[in-house]
Amino acid sequence: MSNPNIYIPYLMRIEKITQEAPGVKTFRLKFESEHEAEEFEFKAGQFGEYSIVGVGESTFCIASSPTRKGYIECTFRQVGRVTSALASAEEGDVIGFRGPYGNTFPIDEWKGKNLVFIAGGIALPPMRCVIWNALDLRENFKDITIVYGARSVADLVYKHELEEWGNRPDVKLVTTVDPGGETPDWKGEIGFVPSVLEKVAPSAENTIAIVCGPPIMIKFTFPVLEKLGFADHNIFTTLENRMKCGFGKCGRCNVGEKYVCLDGPVFSGEELKLLPAEY
Amino acid sequence: MQIDNYLIRKTSLEKLFNNLIGNGKTVFAPKTSGKRVLFEDVKAFSEITEDYIVTTNSAKSVVFPRTEKLFSYKKTKEKTEITDASTDTFPEVVLWGTRPCDAAAFIPLTDTFNGDYPDVLYNNRLGKVYVLSFSCATCDEYCFCTSVNGGPGNTAGSDILFTKLSTGDYLAEAITEKGKQLVADNQSLFEAAPSEEKEPNLAKVTTYFNQDEIQAKLQNLFENPVWDEKSRACLGCGSCAFVCPVCSCFDIQDEAHGSKGSRLRCWDSCGFGLFTLHTSGHNPRETQGARWRQRILHKFLYMPNKSKVAGCVGCGRCSRVCPADINILETVTSL
Repeated sequence: MSNPNIYIPYLMRIEKITQEAPGVKTFRLKFESEHEAEEFEFKAGQFGEYSIVGVGESTFCIASSPTRKGYIECTFRQVGRVTSALASAEEGDVIGFRGPYGNTFPIDEWKGKNLVFIAGGIALPPMRCVIWNALDLRENFKDITIVYGARSVADLVYKHELEEWGNRPDVKLVTTVDPGGETPDWKGEIGFVPSVLEKVAPSAENTIAIVCGPPIMIKFTFPVLEKLGFADHNIFTTLENRMKCGFGKCGRCNVGEKYVCLDGPVFSGEELKLLPAEY
Repeated sequence: MQIDNYLIRKTSLEKLFNNLIGNGKTVFAPKTSGKRVLFEDVKAFSEITEDYIVTTNSAKSVVFPRTEKLFSYKKTKEKTEITDASTDTFPEVVLWGTRPCDAAAFIPLTDTFNGDYPDVLYNNRLGKVYVLSFSCATCDEYCFCTSVNGGPGNTAGSDILFTKLSTGDYLAEAITEKGKQLVADNQSLFEAAPSEEKEPNLAKVTTYFNQDEIQAKLQNLFENPVWDEKSRACLGCGSCAFVCPVCSCFDIQDEAHGSKGSRLRCWDSCGFGLFTLHTSGHNPRETQGARWRQRILHKFLYMPNKSKVAGCVGCGRCSRVCPADINILETVTSL
């Protein structure tokens, strides 16, 4: 960050707003300052603090890929005070952004491997960043499989991108909705993500699994991966602890000796097993 | 750095105080306020009390105010203007009458506010603070500094440490560059080092446990009934964190007045249920026991593992102030 005061946000203009699902929006943000735009760099997995001055800050991942330059995107669900204020912002409005913070997915180490992305609900955004990062460098990876589920068809985010990924011959996309969440013309799977993953049964051979979802989904997905033969060090996830500062000072994302904001948000299954279950 | 020893007469101490005030410095010193003794902005030497073990509040608010402006803003539909608060001029502050435990607390506190992301607000304030501590001649049943590598006459964190001698005069130890400069600026008040030993003039603080041993023990005590047992009475009021000289967890909140306002940093506490509550309703630390465990583990395990210094200086403030009489020393010694 160019300002020595680490709490000062960049000012970013909302270039485009996409309504992804009921209550879920994506903002495409551009720097107000050209100099800051040139200076800014991030990697897949990192997050930031998005704010409306006078209301407050909220923590989301950067949902766009670092291979797409000149802007960043974030996707959020309107739930609390800050996300409601953000949701009422319009294209052309200026919001605050601090970041990028946290560690990254070790995507450079995944060259020559198969990738399996497993996501649930509003947890596709942190994964979308690394999915597009991998697709923009497609030749670096072997098979790419995406298993994505949401409560209902309406709750699936990035519908246009799901269609695009589904039409690509070099991507295997499996979408699912919870039982009862289907529509009459739904052509995807019906069932919870862990059981659908078990059915898809991707090979663990030379494969990295990336899992993002609510704690309950993570809890039931890890045993499936284990059953499929995935070693802990080949599984990656992001933790979503509550944060304020983003740089290891405010104290609330402290889990054992780690700060999710500094040492995470990306953790391997191996690292996760060493942490107390406070996430 | 070599410590320089001097003698300062009881009468010269007041002159030193007056010189500091005369130089335009703000002096925070222990002052009686009802039944409590608090660090307060004092203008006259006579306002300072010597009758305290430790003050009720700690001195941390001088470098980490309870509510602090991070920046201010002005907003119109077309434009948002931000004014950095770290470029404000902070006053030169003398902390007069800190105890060695208070001074030692600045070490872990400074660690937290630095690292990969130096906090310029904290550092700007700290750079203007002179820590003039007074050794402890008395202690009470809540004190346990010697259990956490501290002591009633420890110099760590102080710029100058005064120890009252049997004559009523003081041994003055100039510890840091800042302390030595203060001595040089007031040279006429400082005399050749006294021959009397410092040690016999210090309180005898019982050593209840050894920090290194507790640290090793805590490594395997995450799942233990002690956390629920010892915290059953906890009201979750956060007083322990607010009086603690090391606790530095904070919240960030905006305060708006029409189109203007500021973003603030406010003290927070791991003892509050909201501290870790996710938007989804999921809370990684659901019970008061889990929060009490976090408080102990953070201070006695995570912080010393990370930076070699424990997050507790043994001042005992949290136990003295707790409305439910929860005692940190009792928890730690019961492990």
